[in-house]
Amino acid sequence: MKLSETLEGSFSLIGGDFSKGGAASCELKSILEKLHLPEDIIQRATISAFEAEMNVIIHAIAGTMLYSVTPERIKIVVTDMGPGIPDIELAMQEGYSTAPEWVKEMGWGAGMGLPNMKKNADVFNIDSVVGEGTTVELIIYIPKEWRSHESQ
Amino acid sequence: MNLSKIISSLNLELLTEKYQDRDIKSAYVSDLLSDVMANAKPGEVWITLQVHLNIVAVATLKNIPAIIITNNKKPDEETIKKASSEGIAIFKTNLTTFEAAGRLYKLLTE
Repeated sequence: MKLSETLEGSFSLIGGDFSKGGAASCELKSILEKLHLPEDIIQRATISAFEAEMNVIIHAIAGTMLYSVTPERIKIVVTDMGPGIPDIELAMQEGYSTAPEWVKEMGWGAGMGLPNMKKNADVFNIDSVVGEGTTVELIIYIPKEWRSHESQ
Repeated sequence: MNLSKIISSLNLELLTEKYQDRDIKSAYVSDLLSDVMANAKPGEVWITLQVHLNIVAVATLKNIPAIIITNNKKPDEETIKKASSEGIAIFKTNLTTFEAAGRLYKLLTE
């Protein structure tokens, strides 16, 4: 597959459905692999997408993951209908988690999700309204070298 | 070191249909899934006690070819089926995580 124009799509996410945990991000990964993007770019995009996806499954009722890929960047926007985050600065601290105990026993809820997103994305924006939901925007830039290599 | 050599040295039991014999250079040990996502490297073997379905998605995203489940814990059928379809091998062992990691470390650094 060649990336000449914007490639976009979306996945719906259902809160509490751990059996589907990672399904959207895995599908996004296979889409990005078909574009032959560099492996580290795919890793960073899918790791941050997976963390955002799990946050919806752990905390929210439902959500969507929108992705759009241009030759310049991968953009992922995850929006949920959920409890919202009262104190984003606190939530961004590594180790801070409000996940229930049984989720922690599964190995999630270590308070690493938001920091992982921030670490892996070039642009990380979060917006949250308590009682309504949270939106996370992630942008990963595609290196110029890859773009010029692909257009040859 | 080839995965097949690791399997025989640690006496691992294959739970998925098959595995791809490939060169393994390193492993990562963790039961925290976000930690694996943040710090495991593609191509590493993952040693864990977690047995639920999400471990397959984590391994798929991180390009982890094989998961070793310790302490004789057994994943449910769904996890094994999903791993088979994703081409990820799952093994189990009655070794503890400490013993499995220690033996594997010795094998890979000797």
